Amino acid sequence: MSATGIESLAARRAGRPDANAPELAADERRERLHLFGLSLPALLVIGIVAFLPTAWLFWLSFIDEGSFSLAHYERMVREASYLRIFWSTFEISAVVTVIAILLGYPLAYLLSQLSERAASLLLILVLVPFWTSLLVRTYAWLVLLQRRGVINDWLQGLGLVDAPLRLVHNYTGTLIGMTHIMLPFLILPTYAALRTIDRDYLKAAASLGASPLRAFWTVFFPLSLPGLMAGALLVFVLCLGFYVTPALLGGGRVLLVSMKIQQNAGMYFEWGAASAMGVILLVATLGIFWGLGRLVSLDRVMGER
Amino acid sequence: MASNRASVSIAFRSISKHYGTFKALDRIELEIEAGEFLTLLGPSGSGKTTLLMLLAGFARPSSGVIEVAGSDITRMPPHRRDFGVVFQNYALFPHMSVTENVGYPLRMRRCPREEIDRRVADALELVQLGHLAERRIDQLSGGQRQRIALARAVVFSPRVLLMDEPLSALDKKLREQMQIEIRHLHERLGITTIYVTHDQREALTMSDRVAVIDGGRLIQLEEPASLYAHPATRFVADFIGESTLLPVARQAGRFAYGEQPVSIANPVPPGAGEHWLVVRPERLVLLDGAAPDGINRFTGTVEDVVFQGETLLARVRLATGDMLSLRRDTRREVMAGLPRTGEPISLGLAAEETVIVPERAP
Repeated sequence: MSATGIESLAARRAGRPDANAPELAADERRERLHLFGLSLPALLVIGIVAFLPTAWLFWLSFIDEGSFSLAHYERMVREASYLRIFWSTFEISAVVTVIAILLGYPLAYLLSQLSERAASLLLILVLVPFWTSLLVRTYAWLVLLQRRGVINDWLQGLGLVDAPLRLVHNYTGTLIGMTHIMLPFLILPTYAALRTIDRDYLKAAASLGASPLRAFWTVFFPLSLPGLMAGALLVFVLCLGFYVTPALLGGGRVLLVSMKIQQNAGMYFEWGAASAMGVILLVATLGIFWGLGRLVSLDRVMGER
Repeated sequence: MASNRASVSIAFRSISKHYGTFKALDRIELEIEAGEFLTLLGPSGSGKTTLLMLLAGFARPSSGVIEVAGSDITRMPPHRRDFGVVFQNYALFPHMSVTENVGYPLRMRRCPREEIDRRVADALELVQLGHLAERRIDQLSGGQRQRIALARAVVFSPRVLLMDEPLSALDKKLREQMQIEIRHLHERLGITTIYVTHDQREALTMSDRVAVIDGGRLIQLEEPASLYAHPATRFVADFIGESTLLPVARQAGRFAYGEQPVSIANPVPPGAGEHWLVVRPERLVLLDGAAPDGINRFTGTVEDVVFQGETLLARVRLATGDMLSLRRDTRREVMAGLPRTGEPISLGLAAEETVIVPERAP
């Protein structure tokens, strides 16, 4: 390039160092505005269907006989029955979650090791019940588990038991039904997470001297924990508010928060009391999330050691 | 950290691997000497990685025998083979720190705590990354991951080191630096090393010998310099280095390019199909006046000249219509002597530099 060419280019640059700056800034503002405009409908929907009712719930829980009061919360602290209900809700949710992990993780692992084709065929077996009506499946369990149901008939026919087992209208039936309904919620996210684990990690572990079992426990399992955690949390939270299945299979012997809320709101029209229970459930759930979040990040801190 | 084990030899005896009717590997016969650095070179899909995976034990051959130090390991599971493997994507465990990753093979061998600490420190020192011991894997750059993967693969003094395109994710400068480093590491440890790459330059730079693989078959096994100078087939001539291939025909016991007989001082490798004259761009010389005896002469016009920094590449259209490339360095006097675009040019190729290859092996 000639010397004059360089000079003229330099002169052009020096002449307007801020060339186009206002126009470019205006473009950027306009783009941001467009983005906001596009997300506005979604924000409105979320605000109306999710945020407003929750806020309304909070508000109601502090109203007793038309004025502000903490009476609903006081009652829950005072009356042992409430504490028992909360305790059994969290307990059964935890037990269902653990059983779902024990049953679901091996299945998710198996699916993740199959070819995509075979896995998607087997996934249908997980999905078909998932797509079937909750009520139908719950009643089906009732048929299977009752005193003169299919399972008791078999057990007696085979001579394994003398008298029919009490499998339903109690804690056992509730557990079986809830676990069955919840399994897909554990399997699907866990499977998706296990699929993404690079098989080279296991090859690397093998080449470094790890037997298949040790490679699984030292490499695959730790890497699968975030996915398993997501599935387990989903199941646990869904269990906390589960109504239909425990109500039908528990036969009134298992009293959960959801049923107490239904009683309060549906039978006694005690909206305040029902709201307060909802709020406590929500707060407790958030507390668990927060605690687990700490635990997981703690894990990562330990990993850095 | 020096390998406290004598290095071992490896042999592939008639190794085949079929996927249905597709032959990924077809009767591979290959012997690797103890302590050798051997590169498996081939285009993607040639079967070179498959061969490495069979050696590592991640897949089984359809037939054949793999021997290490004279004993058959064909059916031995990978975790008993005692081979270090460096993967293309490094496969460093993301949930472990650098120290934990490098210590992993020692923990699997249930080494005592102090020994693990000492050997991990030594291995990290070997790759000059002792200061990163506490880092998480996602805090490392590509080049650092590469070295950690290398440290992890050698920390347990494996019998054999396998590397599957370990440098392909790095940029050119770093790649060239790592080539030298890996080469030095090999010299220090003396460990039998099998290296897979599709980069012919990398293969020539690093290896004691190069095995060229194409279509699941071993095409040629040679030291880098003689592989470059004496390719066995058209594929090898084309794949290794730059070359222009001109069709030649046998006429009365001599090869001729068109009407022009070719002077050649090298034996023509046996083979089948047509024959090709291999012209390397840097082996051509500029001729003025008549060609002396024993020099093959090519005349044409300069089509274009591309400046590439340390060298330039001139493309020449021959009178026959074929194109030849000429590579020159870019010193001022060399450039001044070159004809310009559109001008006639006369090129010479000495009989000693003249190579003719068959289309394929017999």
